Amino acid sequence: MTDHAYNFAYLDEQTKRMIRRAILKGLAVPGYQVPFASREMPMPYGWGTGGVQVSAAVMTMDDTFKVIDQGADDTTNAVSIRSFFQRTAGVKTTTKTADASVIQTRHRIPEEALTEGQILVYQVPIPEPLRFLEPRESETRKMHSLEEYGLMHVKLYEDIARHGHIATSYAYPVRVEGRYVMDPSPIPKFDNPKLGDMAAIQLFGAGREQRIYALPPYTNVVSLDFEDHPFEASKANHACGMCGAEHSYLDEVIVDDAGGRMFVCSDTDFCESRQQAGHMGKDAA
Amino acid sequence: MQAETLSGGFTNPAVQSAAAFRGVMEATARPGNIETITGATPPVPMSPAAGAVILTLCDTDTPLYLAGDLDCDAVRKWVAFHTGAPLTGPSHCMFAVGDWAALGPLSQYPIGTSEYPDRSATLIVEMDDLTPEGATLSGPGIKTTATLSLPETAAFQDNHGHFPLGLDFMFTSGDRIAGLPRSTEVR
Repeated sequence: MTDHAYNFAYLDEQTKRMIRRAILKGLAVPGYQVPFASREMPMPYGWGTGGVQVSAAVMTMDDTFKVIDQGADDTTNAVSIRSFFQRTAGVKTTTKTADASVIQTRHRIPEEALTEGQILVYQVPIPEPLRFLEPRESETRKMHSLEEYGLMHVKLYEDIARHGHIATSYAYPVRVEGRYVMDPSPIPKFDNPKLGDMAAIQLFGAGREQRIYALPPYTNVVSLDFEDHPFEASKANHACGMCGAEHSYLDEVIVDDAGGRMFVCSDTDFCESRQQAGHMGKDAA
Repeated sequence: MQAETLSGGFTNPAVQSAAAFRGVMEATARPGNIETITGATPPVPMSPAAGAVILTLCDTDTPLYLAGDLDCDAVRKWVAFHTGAPLTGPSHCMFAVGDWAALGPLSQYPIGTSEYPDRSATLIVEMDDLTPEGATLSGPGIKTTATLSLPETAAFQDNHGHFPLGLDFMFTSGDRIAGLPRSTEVR
C-alpha cells in the first residue's frame, strides 16, 4: 500500500528529471562525476541519501527492490531504506539478489553475478578519489580534466614504501576505460574485479557531495597498481563458518569475551541460499 | 488554444515518466539496443518516442532547440504547455530534436568543457526507421560489438574523437529509441 500523500518514489518530478539528466550524462562519460542538485531527504547525510535519490529516479512500478548494507539485508540502514520505498513507491521488495531488478548497496557488490536488466545503485560518501590527497575541488577538477593522476600512484607507492605492499583495502581507486580515475565507494578491494565487464548498470550517488557517476554494462575498469606490485583482491584466509564458502568476502565476528571469533559471509542472501542448499560450515549449529 | 496542444502528455506523469526513463537509460547504457517508449502523443511531425523523451527529461531548466520541420507552431505550443522548456538556438541548447539533415552542422552545439564534460547537448535524431544493422559499435555498454542503422558514420567517429567531450545522441522512430553516447566507437 502506497502512502498517497507522496509522489511516486517520494521525489517531485522536476527533481527526478534533474537527476535523470545527470545519470544519462554519467553513463555517457563513464567514471566522470556529474554535479547534481542533491535534495534534503528524510534521513541524515551519510545514511545513503545519494543512493536513495538515484534509486528514486530510476525506479518504476514494476521493479523489485533490494537493499544491502555491508552485504546484509537485515541491518538498520537496509531495512529503513527498503521500507521507505515500500511506503513511497509501493514497489515489491526482496532479499534475493536474483529476484531484484534494482539493488541499492552500501559498501558491497553481491556475491552472485548480476545480470542484464538489473541496476546496482551505490551509496557513496566521498566520490572524489583524489580528495584526501588534494582538498580543493577546483584543483581535483583540473587534475581530472588533465588526466593528472600521478599523485594517486604516489599514494599507492607510499603504501608500499611503508608497509611493503599496497595497504589500501577498501575504496581502492580504479581507472575507467583508460580515462577517469574513480572511487568505487568503500567496497572492499575484493569486490573491485566485479566492477568491470558487469552485465548490470552501475550507478553511484553521493548526496552530501552532490555527485552522480556511472558505469554502463561491460565497461573496462582497472584497479590501479604497479607491474611489480600487481593488484590483488584479498579476503580473510578462512572459509565461512556458517555455509563453508571459500570464495566469498567474510566478516570477522567476535563471539565471546575470551578471544573467540568466527568468519561469516558478509553477503547474507548468498550465505542463507548456500545453507538452504545444504552447505555447512564448521561453526554451523 | 487547440486541443492538440493540451492533449498528448503523460496521463500519469510520475509512473509513465519513470517507465519512459528506464527505456531511455537502457538505450543510453547499451548502445545499439532498441527500446520501446510510450505514453506521449505529440503533434506531427514529432514521433511518440521523441515526445516521451522530451516529457521525461525537459523542463524550464533545459533550453531546447527544435530543428527543421519540428520548429512549427503545433510542436512549439505542445512543448511549451507540457514542459515549459525555453526554445533556443543550437549553440545554447541542452537538448535538440529534429531529423539528421536539419540538425547539422554538429559544430554549432556545446560539447562541454574539459572540467565539465557533462555540459554538452543531447541530440534527439528523428529517423524514418531504426534497425539493428549498419554501422558497427563498440565501447562501454557493449559486450563485443553491436550494429545500428546510423544516418552516417564520419560525424559520430569525429564526435567520439573528442571524448570525454562530445555530443550524445538518441535516435527515435515511432515509439522506438536507440542511444549513441559519445563513448561509443563507430566503424
